[in-house]
Amino acid sequence: MNTATLFGLCAALLVGLGLFGLIVNPQPLRKILAFNVMGSGVFLLFGVFAQRGAAAGFGGDPVPQALLITGIVVAFSATALAVALLLRLFDAAGSVSLENQAPAPAPPPPGEV
Amino acid sequence: MTASLNLILAALILGLAVWTVIARDALAAVMGFIAYGLLLTLVWVQLNGIDVALTEAAIGGGLTGALLIGAATRLRRGKAATAAVTASTPSPFPSPLPVRLLAAILSAAVSVALAICVLILPEQGPTLAHQVAANIADTGVGNPITAVLLAFRGMDTLLEAIVLLFALIGVWSLSPDGFWGGRPGLQQQKDPNGILAYTARILPPLGIIVGSYIFWVGADHPGGKFQGATILASMWLLVMMAGLADAPRISHSWLRAGLVAGPLVFIAIGFAGVFTVGHFLGYPQGYAKALIIAIELALMPSLTLVLGLLLAGAPQRGAEP
Repeated sequence: MNTATLFGLCAALLVGLGLFGLIVNPQPLRKILAFNVMGSGVFLLFGVFAQRGAAAGFGGDPVPQALLITGIVVAFSATALAVALLLRLFDAAGSVSLENQAPAPAPPPPGEV
Repeated sequence: MTASLNLILAALILGLAVWTVIARDALAAVMGFIAYGLLLTLVWVQLNGIDVALTEAAIGGGLTGALLIGAATRLRRGKAATAAVTASTPSPFPSPLPVRLLAAILSAAVSVALAICVLILPEQGPTLAHQVAANIADTGVGNPITAVLLAFRGMDTLLEAIVLLFALIGVWSLSPDGFWGGRPGLQQQKDPNGILAYTARILPPLGIIVGSYIFWVGADHPGGKFQGATILASMWLLVMMAGLADAPRISHSWLRAGLVAGPLVFIAIGFAGVFTVGHFLGYPQGYAKALIIAIELALMPSLTLVLGLLLAGAPQRGAEP
């Protein structure tokens, strides 16, 4: 197995791990983290295919590599916006778990209203 | 030798990703994510993407990590203050078991599908490298990534700079009504003899040199404006965190002018291309490198401001000092 294939398989697992965390974890901060794990898995997968396009003396296809740089920067700006939303929610609501907001058999504790 | 090192690297990355997802404590998970981002940098080096590795180290691991540490500590501080309200959430996975099972099945299916793609696609994929190699001489720059970012796919980079601005507008618009136009972040306690203030005096001169070098060398070697701007922004943030300089009021007109200056220059040069060579973002023969450097020089300060202010977050103090 060559390097690109090894990290390609690693990237496939990272996407799955991130997706799992994104679904099951009710805390928004953990969802943001899991989404970033998933996103980096996608980037890595893209990078593996960029490396398979190595030609003309370049170590990898420079077009997808440049798009990856754009992608990483845009992912950061989306994360910053998500974190700002989360902190605003926390300031407004005093709690950040999405756990109790689903219709559950037991009504959520209202806290100090 | 390299193969076994790669195996260890892949195992470490997967282990850290698992930790990031399942760790009980949010701050511990963030720490895992930062280590994960830094190890990912090594993977990018192995995949011959040095420019991507620099970006991952600077933005993916560094800035995102700092942002998440800030969020996790603020949530924890708030939680300690209102401990009675949310005393529960001992388990990181309070989702019911069927949901967890379904999520596990779905995630495993996605992973297996992607792994099959990795295994069955040909080792030698389609590539645009030949076109880049054939046309790079026209741009005058030596780094193929820079040529792609600013000449062949200049529109992407322009839109990316504007996306960053939009994200900042989004973050700012989350400020409470009374603080609109105020300063982001909390007032930092200044300890003139503390180690943080010492670091914030010693490190920025070095950081500014390194950041400027990475920016300048990006024309011909791995590096560029995003990586350089991240280093400059982190130096600015260090000075702000140490309390040596306060964050600017977001209502300052110089600040807003600085934020939009880079994208505006980019757009102006793009429209100039319409008149000289007939299409948006076209560069006249022989002037490509000069125009690329002009765009990068204009974008650099704007990107530094945007990245630093995105990390500083929404205003939390009034417009009055």
